[in-house]
Amino acid sequence: MADERIKHVTMPKWGLSMKTGRITEWLAEEGETVSQGADLADIDTDKIVGTLESPEEGVLRRIVADVGAEIPVGATIALFAPPDVPDAEIDAEVAAAREKLASGELEEVAGPTVATVEVDGRPLAYATLGDGEEVVVLVHGYGGDKNSWLFVQEKLAEGRTVHALDLPGHGESAKDVGDGGLDELARAVIGFLDAVGVPRAHLVGHSLGGAVVTAVAAAAPDRVRSLTLVAPAGFGTEVDGEYLRVFASAASRRELKPQLGKLFADENLATRQLADDLLRYKRLDGVDAALDKLVKTLLDGETQAIDAASLLGSTSVPTVVVWGREDRVLPVANAAAVGERAEVRYVDGAGHMVHMENPGAVRDAVEEAVRRG
Amino acid sequence: MARTISYREAINEALAQEMERDERVIVMGEDNAGGAGSPGDEDAWGGVLGVTKGLYHRFPGRVLDTPISESAFIGAAIGAATAGMRPVAELMFIDFMGVCFDQIFNQAAKFRYMFGGKALTPVVIRTMYGAGLRAAAQHSQALYPVFTHIPGLKVAVPSSPYEAKGLLTQAIRDDDPVIFCEHKALYDTTGEVPEEQYVIPFGEANVVRDGGDVTVVAIGRMVSVALAAADELAGAGIQCEVIDPRTTSPLDTDTILESVESTGRLVVVDESTPRCNLATDISATVAQQAFGALRAPIEMVTAPHTPVPFAGNLEDLYIPDAQRVVNAVKSVTSWER
Repeated sequence: MADERIKHVTMPKWGLSMKTGRITEWLAEEGETVSQGADLADIDTDKIVGTLESPEEGVLRRIVADVGAEIPVGATIALFAPPDVPDAEIDAEVAAAREKLASGELEEVAGPTVATVEVDGRPLAYATLGDGEEVVVLVHGYGGDKNSWLFVQEKLAEGRTVHALDLPGHGESAKDVGDGGLDELARAVIGFLDAVGVPRAHLVGHSLGGAVVTAVAAAAPDRVRSLTLVAPAGFGTEVDGEYLRVFASAASRRELKPQLGKLFADENLATRQLADDLLRYKRLDGVDAALDKLVKTLLDGETQAIDAASLLGSTSVPTVVVWGREDRVLPVANAAAVGERAEVRYVDGAGHMVHMENPGAVRDAVEEAVRRG
Repeated sequence: MARTISYREAINEALAQEMERDERVIVMGEDNAGGAGSPGDEDAWGGVLGVTKGLYHRFPGRVLDTPISESAFIGAAIGAATAGMRPVAELMFIDFMGVCFDQIFNQAAKFRYMFGGKALTPVVIRTMYGAGLRAAAQHSQALYPVFTHIPGLKVAVPSSPYEAKGLLTQAIRDDDPVIFCEHKALYDTTGEVPEEQYVIPFGEANVVRDGGDVTVVAIGRMVSVALAAADELAGAGIQCEVIDPRTTSPLDTDTILESVESTGRLVVVDESTPRCNLATDISATVAQQAFGALRAPIEMVTAPHTPVPFAGNLEDLYIPDAQRVVNAVKSVTSWER
């Protein structure tokens, strides 16, 4: 019988489609004492390279997964154990883990559950993790979808129910965005809360989603416990209009890829897989029309056309704002429009996709908003 | 929502959804309903390999079971297209195209040009190509280069279920005649395909795998062969960039040239016979337009210049396989002046 003090760290499941991952670098060494939440390894998921934070506290006794090897989700990648557990036991555990991997008999890792609800006659898709009483709803930005929260959703779901929503026009939801206006999108989110039977929720919105959840708080403040706004649209006027327009019109990878680099501080994160996934989405019938309408909502020439800042000012819902200092789509200068209304947390080394480049900062902000809410 | 379905199901779904969306879409071909000696309507085969199964009863009057006369029904489909329909004709084996070359080459391909853009011919001719099913010399050829050669035709050669659905949807909505080449050995392969409708634009290659050492361009079924080779080569430290052109006409030469500019090496994998095929065409384009980038001679992996043999062992040797691709890649990566 294996020593119960030996803890397995397994390949995480980041996002619905992730089946395997590849360690690109170990950030801790064998024998090192690692604290919980410390950076343990960089993992390439095909879509993006993310940093695995240590789920365990203690001594990293053994690295099981070699750098570069393709490891299935759920397979052991490292072992933690107190120093007094003998090496022989660790060796036996490694052998058992290798055997299990070779036999292909890994336990299914429960990824998010995807479901659909009908709101105003159109299906909205959402992915759920966790089953706590407290409910958090994550709302992506323009052109994004529920999978963009891959590095955030799992941790937030400890003790909570966390829904990641596909806005109308996006992901697996209906592609009809109505007039494409903020009110229309906010009504879809309120309709979603009704449909899943949630009276009050903590709302988290990125970019356009930030403006949408702000509009929800303004229209139905009794439904919103807190707001976390990640690089929200509708604050200030600065925007890279070219990004929005080309994203809507690009039909090929060669047109799209240069724009995607603008989403990150580290352009290498805009992988071919990301471009391919977005093209797969953009090719769906109805998406062109939806994106066109949304661009008209968002842009007035080269400036932002929506005003979420006044909407935020009209509510007293506890709010935390997070912004990447290297945001090139909605530059960080826009954060000035938040004024005294809410705390703004600036994140170094992150671009527009803060929740991908520095998921920890976004999670911390959500935790803070939830605490205040 | 995406789910896993077969290449055959992906084609069937594209047809069904387009028929649902646009009443001008009709399907015609041999054995759509019954075959010689069968009870007819009640036994709707959905074509010789069952690709259109289920459509005959679902869309009454819009799935036409034709006589065994390709010259007649391909001509009829082209005529119906010029008159405003969007016919999808199934020409069982690409090898039988010869009997309707006039209709395809000299009529459908020319109307838009000769009538100053006033006549459109939105016809799709679905057809099976390729070796591997022990169907001998007259049912196994990879003849897509023949159609690629003709201005006025568009030619799609889908390599996976996802490409099959998106390219066929585009083919049906396209205003020009499209020759849609399905590899018979791919029908049972599976992959993720969205339930929703989508189109893959023509003339946009898919970079199936990134790699910095060698560009491998592969057509249709050869894409999976090239990927198997690339997996093996990655173990030997050689990284292949695998490109699937998706359509041979229009051909996305930009993506191929850009890749060769960075790798400096090219291998083209084409199941067709080697004279005037896609391998020679792509090689010529690269030699002409990216000569300065090339660090080794281009390699072509193709069938030999012979009919497809009936003897199984010979047919297996005829079809380019992963080992031949591995050898070709190793020869370009190890080449020294």
